[in-house]
Amino acid sequence: MSFLKTGVLVASLTLALPAAAQEVLTIGVRSEASSLDPHWTQLSADVQVHEHIFEKLVALDATSQPIPGLAVSWEPIDDLTWEFKLREGVAWHDGEMFNADDVIFSFDRLRAGISGAPASPAFQLEKGAKQWTRLDDFTIQITTTEPYPTVAEDLAMLAILPEHAATGVTESVDFNSGLATIGTGPFMFEEYSPGSRVTVVKNPNWWGGEVEWDQVVFRPITQDTSRLAALLNGDVDMIDYPPTIDLPQLQENPDFVVSTIPADRLIYLMPGYKHVERFITDNDGNVMVPNPMRDWRVRRALSLAIDRDTIRDRVMGGASLPTRNIVPPGFFGYVDALEADAYDPEAAQALLAEAGYGEGFKIVLHGPNDRYVNDARILEVVAQMWSRVGIETEVDAMPRNIFFSRLIRGDELTIPGFDVPEFSMSLTGWGTVAGEATYTVSGTLETYNAATGGGNGNFGRYSNPEVDARSVLAKQTVDNAERLRILQEAITIGMDDYAFIPLHFQVNNWAMRAGLAHAPRTNERTMALDVSRVD
Amino acid sequence: MAEFIIKRVLQAIVVLFVMTLLVFFGVNVIGNPVYIFASSECDQACLTKTIAELGLDLPLWQQYLIFLKNLLQGDLGNSFTHGIPALSLIFERLPATLELAFCALAIALGVGLPLGIWAGLYPDRIISRIIMAFSMIAFSLPVFWIGLILILTFSVQLGWLPAIGRGDTVDVFGVELSVLTLDGLHHLVMPAFTLSLIMMAIVIRLTRAGMREVIFADYIKFARANGIRERRILMTHVMKNLLIPIVTVLGMEFGGVIAFAVVVESIFSWPGVGKMLIDAIGVLDRPLIVAYLIFVVFMFVILNLLVDILYSLLDPRVRLGGSQS
Repeated sequence: MSFLKTGVLVASLTLALPAAAQEVLTIGVRSEASSLDPHWTQLSADVQVHEHIFEKLVALDATSQPIPGLAVSWEPIDDLTWEFKLREGVAWHDGEMFNADDVIFSFDRLRAGISGAPASPAFQLEKGAKQWTRLDDFTIQITTTEPYPTVAEDLAMLAILPEHAATGVTESVDFNSGLATIGTGPFMFEEYSPGSRVTVVKNPNWWGGEVEWDQVVFRPITQDTSRLAALLNGDVDMIDYPPTIDLPQLQENPDFVVSTIPADRLIYLMPGYKHVERFITDNDGNVMVPNPMRDWRVRRALSLAIDRDTIRDRVMGGASLPTRNIVPPGFFGYVDALEADAYDPEAAQALLAEAGYGEGFKIVLHGPNDRYVNDARILEVVAQMWSRVGIETEVDAMPRNIFFSRLIRGDELTIPGFDVPEFSMSLTGWGTVAGEATYTVSGTLETYNAATGGGNGNFGRYSNPEVDARSVLAKQTVDNAERLRILQEAITIGMDDYAFIPLHFQVNNWAMRAGLAHAPRTNERTMALDVSRVD
Repeated sequence: MAEFIIKRVLQAIVVLFVMTLLVFFGVNVIGNPVYIFASSECDQACLTKTIAELGLDLPLWQQYLIFLKNLLQGDLGNSFTHGIPALSLIFERLPATLELAFCALAIALGVGLPLGIWAGLYPDRIISRIIMAFSMIAFSLPVFWIGLILILTFSVQLGWLPAIGRGDTVDVFGVELSVLTLDGLHHLVMPAFTLSLIMMAIVIRLTRAGMREVIFADYIKFARANGIRERRILMTHVMKNLLIPIVTVLGMEFGGVIAFAVVVESIFSWPGVGKMLIDAIGVLDRPLIVAYLIFVVFMFVILNLLVDILYSLLDPRVRLGGSQS
């Protein structure tokens, strides 16, 4: 063993030399960036790396509210026109200057389609059928066919690329090699080694001021335990998604710091509203007509039968925020009056009896086992709680790559262009990336409509004209105060009706070595700019 | 001879073809990758567009024919995730996996052979019993658990070795190798040892069994009677006969080791093909999964073919359909 020890000594000496001269931040991340082309996907794991290198017209603050990015200001000229003033004096990483041509180029590139991209954010441009014109070097106008309030929030999803460096490059490939990976952001591309690391270095000319880190390294470590071990032995300075079971020990350990913030991801249970639901049967195993989920009292009973505090404390290691809202506190559209249901099994049983289901019935509860924090364990606990009030619940958990296909279009009635969901009760999540509730209401509460895109996340097929009218109106109301009022009405109606049964917002944690401080973001992204040294 | 080889090549082609069918349809019945990647705000129109973009809107048999046509031109399709040819991804990651596998093989032989010989020579000693117990344990404990225990011991508790990743690499004829740098060795030691355990156990048990047999064979007695030194007897006469079954079994095991590398690579975040496969399955990157499996099958078929041809050259009796005259 002695030769090993000397070896380690030598290695640590050689490693320590460059580190002394440089401020390096190494982050162990659960998911790897699949591409450095910022128009390739919208996955958080990808976007968090892109945002070190590339910027958007509109940036987001810690609670996902729009703030100036490459645009210094924006305002509606009339109901159909938005004018964006661009930031002057911004240099690309190669020294060329940024102007309106780059913005036009980036939007044109997206609209033309990114060849082979599995999830390009281009659809953000189709909302309201946006068109864009260049007024001068630092002014552009966005026009829409109808009033369109969330232009800024949508543009916060679209990275701006340099026209001079990204024209005619091969999608994804030339960004992974670094050829076209030239942005305006606080860090510059250094290396992308799939499976190993992504490295970025400080941009000394960033318009946003001095950057603390000389170099930031993202290392993908898929296994939770390995990621934690890498933090414990100092291979990395910081990790995302520390295993919730180890949170208490980490918080007590003086050598490590844990940062915490409620995330924008709502975890909820979605009942199926079809006339007959295959997975809801009476105690003899016959399907029930009508489907009991159509009775408001049954849905409310199911919600009251869930002990959310126990799930938080026992399953989530304290890392969840029980709720009856659909966007987290601090987001545009949050309703103060909607408080999480308290655990009340007696009331639940009384409601079931009142609805005529005093004898109970059977449900199969479906959900993923590798998508949300502790998803499989949540399913088991909820099943136990429901069984306790007389609704015998069987859990069927599956990998997400199977779950989502079946959830969205698994029913035999599905035809191309018209999806029919399969499950009668499922656990899913919805992340409000835009920091405001317009598209959360439209996606989860509005009636499903393949043509308009309404209810595209409404896999229970809930349908309520009171909500629909307000959701459609909100999408056309540019005035913020007015839109807020409409959204809060829609959310209150939908949630009082138990359109679905909200459990909690995930609470995200990061763990890092002592001496670092992290101001976390609601949107789950890990940004080096949010991390600073305090030792 | 030529007839035999042609026959074998034709058989190999049939096997490959059947495999493409199985793998392609197998991978295509589970889930839809578009739903994994899509943002929650991506509506029906956006989903439809993406599905068409990835060529998933065509009927499955048509997708298969396109795939087959490209395959014949040596093109296994582009990875959904990375947008580059799946084969180039595999070849990019393969050196890391092969490095791990060969190091594991070296450790298995380097440690297993001496231990097995010792246990075979002195079967009743305490040390031999400990060796045999160790081989049992190494063979039965889950690789996953061993890897984590090693990380907890050597990285977290003792802080001697890095827990994850691959160290510095050196470019050798266009292939990145980490085995030639000190930092690379540090990173390599734990995953390679973890991967070697099963092979090591096999080597120990085979060597011991072989030892017990050979040592009482007549030619060894004669050699001793001739006054040849014990050391020389061991190194030449015994070893030669010992190695035959070991090489055969290890040859067969080695394919399995590359398969087991999936688990080890996941635990140690080793950037090899195994980890790539796991990631690809997680997001249903169909072309990449299919390409990898086809690649592995191709590798095995080619290896078997070579072995068969070699045997038939060495031993005329193997030639199927060869005349008795």
